[in-house]
Amino acid sequence: MNAILNFVARIGAAVLDAVAFVGELGLFALAGLSHIFRPPFYPRLVGRSLMEIGFFSLPVVALTALFTGMVLALQSYTGFSRFNAESAIASVVILSVTRELGPVLAGLMVSGRAGAAMAAELGTMRVTDQIDALSTLSTNPMKYLVAPRLLAGVIAVPLLVAVADILGVMGGFLVATVKLGFSPGTYLTSSFANLRSEDVVSGLIKAAVFGFVIALMGCFHGYRSKGGAQGVGAATTSAVVSASILILALDYVLTQVLFIK
Amino acid sequence: MSTPKIRIRGLKKHFGPKKVLDGVDLDVMPGTGLVVIGGSGSGKSVLIKSILGLVQPDAGVIEIDGEDVLTASPRRAAAVRAQIGMLFQNGALFDSMSVWENVAFGLLAEKKIARRQARGKAVEVLAQVGLADSVADLSPAELSGGMQKRVGLARAIASGPAIIFFDEPTTGLDPIMGAVIDELIVDCVKRLGSTSIAITHDMASARRIGDQAAMLFEGKICWTGPADSLMNSGNELVDQFTHGRADGPIKMALRR
Repeated sequence: MNAILNFVARIGAAVLDAVAFVGELGLFALAGLSHIFRPPFYPRLVGRSLMEIGFFSLPVVALTALFTGMVLALQSYTGFSRFNAESAIASVVILSVTRELGPVLAGLMVSGRAGAAMAAELGTMRVTDQIDALSTLSTNPMKYLVAPRLLAGVIAVPLLVAVADILGVMGGFLVATVKLGFSPGTYLTSSFANLRSEDVVSGLIKAAVFGFVIALMGCFHGYRSKGGAQGVGAATTSAVVSASILILALDYVLTQVLFIK
Repeated sequence: MSTPKIRIRGLKKHFGPKKVLDGVDLDVMPGTGLVVIGGSGSGKSVLIKSILGLVQPDAGVIEIDGEDVLTASPRRAAAVRAQIGMLFQNGALFDSMSVWENVAFGLLAEKKIARRQARGKAVEVLAQVGLADSVADLSPAELSGGMQKRVGLARAIASGPAIIFFDEPTTGLDPIMGAVIDELIVDCVKRLGSTSIAITHDMASARRIGDQAAMLFEGKICWTGPADSLMNSGNELVDQFTHGRADGPIKMALRR
């Protein structure tokens, strides 16, 4: 009997922990968001975070997008040639990249690079009392550390995705024209013939949401880390894992909302 | 009798099943230095963090200049707490900034000076803690432990706080550097006319920087008295602690 009660109690405790975690995360996100709109503002810190999240992630996002576009063209060609549908490659590449692969892959890459760095930086600040020190120097840590990163995430990731879209399409174009023998003019014409503005805009909306999620997870896990080096390591891992899972889950939700009328 | 600068009554805080503070009563009179001693994990840091608003106590009263910061509005409590400076145990310097930016941080945050005057003001404060102009542009990671403590002290006193807290100011320093830091602390506190609370394990330091002393034991203040009577207080808890005796009423949680 005791074993059953213990088992039930353990499930109950896990559920309560999960609810408390979601509540804590929600309150953290709301507090961070509200500080974006209330003075004092820290434009220099937003600029620094934009460089960290956006500019320094550019090489890894660009390479990912380029190779993804190239592989997509190659795979589509080998698959579609079975049905004599090679002419659809250009549309498949541009629609896949702008609607789906650009934002998701850029999000995952930025999460691994910038989200992890955010969690490690804030986590180290937490365990070395630097966050407490901010409070004692008349500075709200949520406003000073979290709000600029959230804002920068929402701005930087869509910009990265715009670049990723262009490079992904360019990768497909290169493979199609150099390796698969497509005429450049025909490829570009059929690429843009089926592209609508909402394809690009929906990808950028996804990117803004992913940027927010990456910054939120990096800040949240870093901010509440404890226990020295091990705690900071765990916070970094949690930030990347949770942001990646949320990106994939939210991608489904956003696709449903944006495309299924 | 004048109002205490800091008055604490019935302060309680627990973490899980552990009662860290279990009804702390404490008065610190204006312009005096109080040293709080007690074993590791006795709640000294939690006491200071509660006053600073970094830890939310479960119950009790914390009055600063007669105003209860636990029941005041967040804005009012922040304004009252803005007069407190803090020297953290490990310095807690911002490693993404240079030394002078660390020192001027509070002044810039409170908009007491313009950014272009900040470096000059920071160098002035650094001179008060015996650091040369050449240190100003270094990063905290380039400094020794003693220098980091001095920069931390400079940052704590830069805005001329009416109250200053010191969390184990001499921990990790050699005895000579410890004495130097103590001397600087006494100088700074005297010059500013501040009220101070220091928590420490270092008895020599406690007698140098404190006027009054209090000991925390099992979540309560078990003794208060003049700091220079710490070594002969007549209280067996204090005597065991200050003389570092393994045997006595304080039992360490050790498995033998």
